[in-house]
Amino acid sequence: MVTLTFPTWMEPYRALVTGKMTGEQWQTLLRQLIWPVLGMAVFLLLWQLAAQRIDTSLGQFPGPADVWEQAGTLVDEHQATRAKEEAFHERQEKYIASRLEQQPEWEPVYRDYTGAPTFFDQIGTSLITVMSGFLLASVIAIPLGIFIGLSNTAHAAMNPLIQLFKPVSPLAWLPLVTMVVSAVYVSDDPLVAKSFLTSMFTVTLCCLWPTLMNTAVGVTSVSQDLTNVSKVLRLNALSHVGKIVLPSALPMMFTGLRLSLGIAWMVLIAAEMLAQNPGLGKFVWDEFQNGSSQSLGRIMVAVIVIGLIGFLLDRLMLMLQRALVWDKSSVQR
Amino acid sequence: MKALLELSNVGMKFDTPKGQFEALKDVNLKIDSGEFVSLIGHSGCGKSTVLNIVAGLLQATDGGVILDKHEVTEPGPERAVVFQNHSLLPWLTAFENVELAVKQVFRKTKSKAEIRDWVEHNLELVHMAHAMHKKPDEISGGMKQRVGIARALAMQPQVLLMDEPFGALDALTRAHLQDSLMEIHAQLGTTVIMITHDVDEAVLLSDRIVMMTNGPSATIGEILEVTVPRPRDRLALADDPTFVRCRQRVLQFLYEKQRKVEPLPRRNSAKAEANRKRA
Repeated sequence: MVTLTFPTWMEPYRALVTGKMTGEQWQTLLRQLIWPVLGMAVFLLLWQLAAQRIDTSLGQFPGPADVWEQAGTLVDEHQATRAKEEAFHERQEKYIASRLEQQPEWEPVYRDYTGAPTFFDQIGTSLITVMSGFLLASVIAIPLGIFIGLSNTAHAAMNPLIQLFKPVSPLAWLPLVTMVVSAVYVSDDPLVAKSFLTSMFTVTLCCLWPTLMNTAVGVTSVSQDLTNVSKVLRLNALSHVGKIVLPSALPMMFTGLRLSLGIAWMVLIAAEMLAQNPGLGKFVWDEFQNGSSQSLGRIMVAVIVIGLIGFLLDRLMLMLQRALVWDKSSVQR
Repeated sequence: MKALLELSNVGMKFDTPKGQFEALKDVNLKIDSGEFVSLIGHSGCGKSTVLNIVAGLLQATDGGVILDKHEVTEPGPERAVVFQNHSLLPWLTAFENVELAVKQVFRKTKSKAEIRDWVEHNLELVHMAHAMHKKPDEISGGMKQRVGIARALAMQPQVLLMDEPFGALDALTRAHLQDSLMEIHAQLGTTVIMITHDVDEAVLLSDRIVMMTNGPSATIGEILEVTVPRPRDRLALADDPTFVRCRQRVLQFLYEKQRKVEPLPRRNSAKAEANRKRA
């Protein structure tokens, strides 16, 4: 006799199979599975109905089925490109091997494959860019936020600037960042592409603020009692920050970081689109310029993928927050 | 014998938008080593201000405090404070909370093993050894306050300052903690200044009860010696004539001589002002 134990969230499904459902389990099943699926189905239906009535210059607006088909095409294209790339490298290896046989003193030259990036390459580029921009923003915003939170003077000095720059749209920064990167980042053998830096700095400039503000507020709201404990213990400035202020501010800081990452992802797509920098934004723009009958379907795939990645990034931050923050009640969904 | 702690002409004025407000005036008090002194008075009479001045968290505007020949100018572990709402760091366990204090005070004089033993010893003293690896939100209010006391005791203070330590606890828990505190005081002979507004608590625990007049310009009204011999047992004391007389004296002071007529909003705003000095 084998006894299977199920995780609690699976309990209703087990009960459904065995035919022993309690009222409460029905409620759970409705909430977890039936309502979400129903919501999705209604959405797909409305989408299909609406799509049939919209005719654009690029043909009919894609319905769910078209988009699904285009998603398949994008996967196929990606695989085809990878196969080509492999073939290219194989050919190169063979060529180098045969030439070395004839000319052993020859210095082989390895070349990279130069095909156009696929949809999935663009996703990778966007993810790397968004994480770099977000990390850079965090590295700047957290220490600065702590400083502003600790010092009334610093707060008074910087608050007007923060309030001024916080609402600025990424699109306004973009030309400035582009020009500055072009002027300053001059190198014969660049480590990273200029376009990458432009996108990254734009993301940084826009997603700095929530982390900065929330960290500062978190630091300011350290309880007076804990500050008194620190005074009685005569903790020096460094231990005061490390042992009292930082842990106190951590829940607020994470709220800020989560907001920042959300903004970073939104800003990045806009920046890539406008600046023609590699990434998902560029994919969307290229498809738009392309104007084939499949373009709208392909853009729609990108839209869904962008949403999905944004959602996953947020979940990732939530998991990190749950793992690191002592105050579990501060972790909202 | 020279007093361990001496408050001379301590006065405290706060600047408020409505002008200067004098919270304390001419507070003179000498406390001997090993003495248990309670400060009692109506809320807002400046008890906490006196304690915070001794702790060094507030600087008196007049007069001064001398502890063992040194003037008090800043907070320090030799004047450990037990705060009203425990003030444990919520992200650390009971053990780590006490350890933080011990490491800070004995970093140079104790080895790692000695530090661990000393932390455990102090947690045992307050009967918290069984829950020392729990975080504050996993233990009850009374247990948190026990850990708070262990943390203060672990600093081996010359004076232990307690700001209404049992004020937020229910009556039964409070009685347990009072017994523990008497036990510890008998065992260690620590000098204690405790703020309370509980007359029974003051009489049960103290050698002397310092009664404060109502503010503004609050000062010491009367000082009562509690001559009930130690160890004291709360049940036996219930109809002990000395205990009853002491209790009577304090009640008379609070409810006849210093009867509180009305809340004074001006004072409250001044206090709030002082508390909010960072904002």
